[in-house]
Amino acid sequence: MNASTRFKLSPVVMPEQDPAERVHNVREVPLGFTPEMALHEAQRCLHCTNQPCVEGCPVGVRIPEFIQAIESGDYLAGIGIIKQTNLLPAVCGRVCPQEEQCQKNCTVGKAHRDVGQAVQIGQLERFLADWERENHAAVIPQIPFASGRRVAVIGSGPAGLTVAGDLIKLGHAVTVFEALHMPGGVLGYGIPEFRLPKEIVYAEVAYLTRLGVDFQYNMVIGKSLGVDEVRQSYDAVFIGSGAGLPNFLGIPGESLLGVYSANEYLTRANLMHAYNENSDTPILRGKSVEVLGGGNVAMDSARTALRLGALRAIVLYRRSEEEMPARKEEYHHAVQEGVEFHFLQNPVKILGNREGWVTGLTVQKMQLGEPDASGRRRPLPIAGQTSNVPADVVVVAIGNNPNPLIPAALPSLQMNRHGGIVTDENTMETSVPGVFAGGDIVLGAATVILAMGQGRKAARAIHALLTRTTETAKG
Amino acid sequence: MNTIRKREELGRNVVRYVVDAPLVATHRKPGQFVIIRVTDHGERIPLTIADANPEMGTISLIVQSVGKTTREMTMLRPGNAIHDIVGPLGRPTHIQRFGTVLCVGGGIGIAPLYPIAKGMKEARNRVITILGARTHDLLILEDDMRNVSDELIVTTDDGSYGTKGLVTDAIRFLVNGGNHIDQAIVIGPPLMMKFTSLLTKELGIPTMASLNPIMIDGTGMCGGCRVTVGGEIKFACVDGPEFDAHEVDWDSMIRRLGTYCTAEQVAADRYDHECHVGLDAGESR
Ligand SMILES: Cc1cc2nc3c(=O)[nH]c(=O)nc-3n(C[C@H](O)[C@H](O)[C@H](O)COP(=O)(O)OP(=O)(O)OC[C@H]3O[C@@H](n4cnc5c(N)ncnc54)[C@H](O)[C@@H]3O)c2cc1C
Ligand code: SF4
Ligand code: FES
Repeated sequence: MNASTRFKLSPVVMPEQDPAERVHNVREVPLGFTPEMALHEAQRCLHCTNQPCVEGCPVGVRIPEFIQAIESGDYLAGIGIIKQTNLLPAVCGRVCPQEEQCQKNCTVGKAHRDVGQAVQIGQLERFLADWERENHAAVIPQIPFASGRRVAVIGSGPAGLTVAGDLIKLGHAVTVFEALHMPGGVLGYGIPEFRLPKEIVYAEVAYLTRLGVDFQYNMVIGKSLGVDEVRQSYDAVFIGSGAGLPNFLGIPGESLLGVYSANEYLTRANLMHAYNENSDTPILRGKSVEVLGGGNVAMDSARTALRLGALRAIVLYRRSEEEMPARKEEYHHAVQEGVEFHFLQNPVKILGNREGWVTGLTVQKMQLGEPDASGRRRPLPIAGQTSNVPADVVVVAIGNNPNPLIPAALPSLQMNRHGGIVTDENTMETSVPGVFAGGDIVLGAATVILAMGQGRKAARAIHALLTRTTETAKG
Repeated sequence: MNTIRKREELGRNVVRYVVDAPLVATHRKPGQFVIIRVTDHGERIPLTIADANPEMGTISLIVQSVGKTTREMTMLRPGNAIHDIVGPLGRPTHIQRFGTVLCVGGGIGIAPLYPIAKGMKEARNRVITILGARTHDLLILEDDMRNVSDELIVTTDDGSYGTKGLVTDAIRFLVNGGNHIDQAIVIGPPLMMKFTSLLTKELGIPTMASLNPIMIDGTGMCGGCRVTVGGEIKFACVDGPEFDAHEVDWDSMIRRLGTYCTAEQVAADRYDHECHVGLDAGESR
């Protein structure tokens, strides 16, 4: 097929659960490509020699090569290509902000001046990963030799899982310590089932277990075991403890009943299955749920509220639609499902009744001023324009900070002023020799793929450290 | 596996377990707690570590059966296991030589108070203990507490044992009798803690209280355990569970405990574990 024929093919429409139906269940929304759809979409790739898409990918997945493999029907080769650089394609295909990364750079989209026309790289990635999982085709690699070296990984989010996967394949013994009773970090407790089925996360963990990774749950490092104890028993330590410290607004009324952090709301719903009426873990099923924020976390909270039976789920965002950091697909799905968006509204007070229950919010109307440090236009209050809106549940989804537990337990760690661990840019080593860190604990709340990218860098450096010291020991 | 080694009924619906948890046993300090799940589909609930034996690798947990999870737990027998135990969590109690320390415990709050009183005694404080219960057969750990106290007073609401009255009456009685108290610690039902705190503030006695808000993760991740202390939001699981009782916004904390209760339960002051107030379910104040 020549380039101009390819260029004329229109994007394959992803089949999805009907919005009216899906708000009553927690099953995944996009249903995935059939092999025919995947082939058709793969044919849209022009196989550009300069590969702008690869440049846009934080871990440099060899995109045109795996798309070529789909086209030639060799799925096993395709997934192999992805997995050389990305350990969790079933996850990334679903949750990466592709429109800001690979798809943003795609020549096809560029030529159409519409990123919506770009090759759907994420969906193709998901297609291969799902094919592999559904056909139990995951290849168990030959592990070269046991190095006799031991690595401790703190946290089982995407950063920790990447480090564990990379190092076990290189012959090192890996133990992952996880504070919760389930693995995955945000992939398990935060991102909802309807966006990322937990079965996928658990399958990835099961695969790592088969490779020999030892997962230890209910282990809060710094409490159940001291960081120093871990350092003494292992040759290297990786900290991937994430950004699990929810921000609150600091406005009156945040202690009222019915005010949740998004982390609590989503953890109850996902990790503790409160969406299931029979769950032991309760959750307040509001009729009118106001979600404060404009990122993925806010979209997830509002869509969860609908699935918990809310009649209205409203996202209050202090900037405009333009500045919203959420993935386009999530925003689009939320709108389809009936989530209401109130832009340029800043909550200034949460209102309650005499018994302490939330009854609503006072919001301040905003307008956009000059761009601020984040490059987005700064929202400014319009004097005198406040109003009250009703709500019986309020979810605060305005971001998370790095979890301070480990830094508090290891005071010699150098931290930045946002509470993140300072690391060497290339090796991810911290100020404490032999201790590495990556993901949200370094970046602040960022993305799955950046966490994985840092995990990969750290794994490389840890491997270098362990083999170097092995050689010196031998020599 | 967190296998149960010993089960002992301490009072009406109150059971003490000795359970395998070797790392918790060697790492815990008085004042810390664990979060448990009884089964693999159960909810996560905090329980204070009542005691520990590092050599045996066991900890003691005391639980009162009041709602689904705690009922499920009290059904467990030696040989059964608790599905998950994570900890020790929270900051340990600040134990030092204060002089005279007053330990005030109510209901099942006496369980977490015991290791603290023991620690205070070992730090060579004079320990005066006041235990409150609604009625005699709800009183637990009296002998254990007596062993670590220089003086022990029991009050019951109905006068079925000890002095009839509230713990606050006993505190006044002590102070009026010329006892100087350097530090007080209060653990019990929220209302008891509130009124004790109001009194000790009036009397100028520095007071710590151990809070038991609703928790999930216990690592600072969810913010569900937040309490207002000195006008600031604190997460009880990582910043606490102990706080300066005089700075705690008790009314807000008590209201939040009622999040999953029905209005009637709150009104009737019948918080039970169904509403996640299990630890100190509506006993003496
Ligand atoms: C609701 C929500 C939606 C999101 N949606 C997207 C999205 O669509 N796309 C995207 O790219 N990103 C998304 N993100 C961000 C993304 O999930 C994170 O950037 C990513 O998970 C960070 O990975 P991590 O491995 O650094 O940490 P985490 O995923 O946070 O994992 C850290 C793990 O460490 C554990 N831990 C913490 N402290 C300790 C300790 N002391 N001892 C042992 N274990 C410990 C935690 O329990 C946790 O399991 C979302 C985040 C949230 C909250
Ligand atoms: S930029 Fe788009 S068309 Fe070009 S190789 Fe990448 S995916 Fe294919
Ligand atoms: S229990 Fe979740 S932050 Fe304290």
